[in-house]
Amino acid sequence: MSQPNVFVVGANHHVAPIAVRERLTLNPEQATGLQHDLAGIAGLKEFTIVNTCNRIEIYGVAASSDVAAAVQAAFCRRQRFATEEFEQFRLELRNQSAVGHLLEVAAGLDSQMVGETEIFGQVKEAYAAAQERGLTGPVLNRIFQKAFQSAKLARSQTGITEGQISVANVAVELAANIFGNLEQTRVLLLGAGDIGEKTAKAFRSRGAGSLVVANRRMERAMELASELGASALPFGQHEGRLGEFDIVVGSTSAPETVVSAQATTAAMRHRPARPLFFIDLALPRDIDPAVATLENVFLYNLDDLAKIAAENLTARTAEIAKCRALLGGRAEALWQHVAPKLTGGSGGSPGAYEAGRQPAP
Amino acid sequence: MLDLLTDRGWLWTAALFYLAVFVAGTVGLLRHGRRASSLTYALMLVGYAFQLAGLSLRGKAVGGCPLGNQFELFQFTAWSATTLYLMVGVTFRSSMLGYFTGCLAAVLSLISLSVPAWDATRNTKLFGGNPWIEFHAALALFSYGVFALLALTSVMFLFRNYSLKVKRVGGWFSFLPSILELEVIGLRLLVAAVTILTASLLVGAAWWLRDTASANLGKILVTVAVWAAALVVLGLRLGGRLLARRFAWACLALFAAALLSLGPVDSSRHQPAAKVAALQPAP
Repeated sequence: MSQPNVFVVGANHHVAPIAVRERLTLNPEQATGLQHDLAGIAGLKEFTIVNTCNRIEIYGVAASSDVAAAVQAAFCRRQRFATEEFEQFRLELRNQSAVGHLLEVAAGLDSQMVGETEIFGQVKEAYAAAQERGLTGPVLNRIFQKAFQSAKLARSQTGITEGQISVANVAVELAANIFGNLEQTRVLLLGAGDIGEKTAKAFRSRGAGSLVVANRRMERAMELASELGASALPFGQHEGRLGEFDIVVGSTSAPETVVSAQATTAAMRHRPARPLFFIDLALPRDIDPAVATLENVFLYNLDDLAKIAAENLTARTAEIAKCRALLGGRAEALWQHVAPKLTGGSGGSPGAYEAGRQPAP
Repeated sequence: MLDLLTDRGWLWTAALFYLAVFVAGTVGLLRHGRRASSLTYALMLVGYAFQLAGLSLRGKAVGGCPLGNQFELFQFTAWSATTLYLMVGVTFRSSMLGYFTGCLAAVLSLISLSVPAWDATRNTKLFGGNPWIEFHAALALFSYGVFALLALTSVMFLFRNYSLKVKRVGGWFSFLPSILELEVIGLRLLVAAVTILTASLLVGAAWWLRDTASANLGKILVTVAVWAAALVVLGLRLGGRLLARRFAWACLALFAAALLSLGPVDSSRHQPAAKVAALQPAP
């Protein structure tokens, strides 16, 4: 059987557990080596490797149906993975299903965290790298470019990417609801715990103006401050200087509260027109719950943030069907456009096809 | 179609476009949970153009700024709020402000159009051909439009504050601007309203001093009271003594006072001394 086709072969988080994915993931050298191996397969006209922590997927345009098996064999050989074992976790789709899958991947619909947008950049990078090396041609160029358009459309037409779904990002989003642009905000991180650090990093990535770390062990505070590009504050001073900060993240392991309502009242006297936002990620809690009753003071604890994250995830999940229908329609239209090219390409001379296998303008 | 060419026809059409802003915004929020800022802006712009056409026709008919009766005062206030939104709405990047402005403009326009008695008497040459008095009146009414927008901002602030306090930040609450942005917008609008109203009163006072019989004392007292209240609220806000929710409620009270003052201001024009000419309402 010799049928030109578009295919995707690989494995992802839906079919392979983390222990398997660890063995399948390619490091940069392995990825380059695999590209070299695949470029030598006869009948593989175009290909792109999408390689992330959750998926290794090879998209290709093949002159015949057996080329996908050759691609799989080359991959298993390079990763020293038994073909029989790989086939237990293998993802293999052809033609319209493969196109539809790429559209869903690019839109974040196939991601572990439904609707996450990082995958869009990863797919774009993978495509750009393949295109730069002349590994893509008219078919994959068309499919990938349309996949990016469709992903953007899915984001704007459905709520698939709306609402943050991690505690750290929910906290940052809430801060934006209070302060708008975070560039002018000053963040105080109390404690150097893991979740506090993640939240501080999320604030950093959203452009928070300044970051200060206060921890009982000053050397740990300085170490974390240096890692985050922040400054350190002796722990005992945090209450007296509370009024200098807009956002206070509590993540200490202290057995009782470390920020009192009295200290907060005093701080608000110095900044009555500017809100103060407390994010209490500690258990037991770091911030006296009574601060929530003060005017212009907002307090969210771990449960509050987790609840919002869960609500956002539920809302995203509810959008899946809508998003899938939209992308399905796009995939069908795209396939109808691409399929004739595929047959035409295979019928022509290899040279004629190669002429089309140039980086897109 | 001919009816549409009358001033009231244009104003009805404008009111329907403002109503469309409310309906489209509500449907968008309920069905899709998302805003459509460009649609809001476009509908507001079309409504504004119709309202401008209607008020221009009315102005031509009465030979001056159309501020001669309760109907015209309400229409002019709605028009002022819309003008300000179209000028600053993009800067504030808040389609919710457009949504609320559309609601307010629809309410003011539809109420004024639905009460025929408010437009039963039209006053021509209301300002006796004095452009300064006309300018004074137009400025005062424009400042009331600013108060209207300030009231909307205050409502948005109260909703945003409530949502953050009760920890319900999803749904349409997510489309509201941030607390700090609303505070800044509110303060700027109050400064603008007080400045415009002060300018209006200064112009009015300059002419009143020349001829103290030219204005009704009740009207002066009511207008000065609104201005003084606004000045006090601004002073307390700048002094850090009236903030957040209390500031928002005070701004709402100011707008209510401004609206209520339109009654005495309008009735003062029907004093025997006023140079008025009654016309039949348009069909």
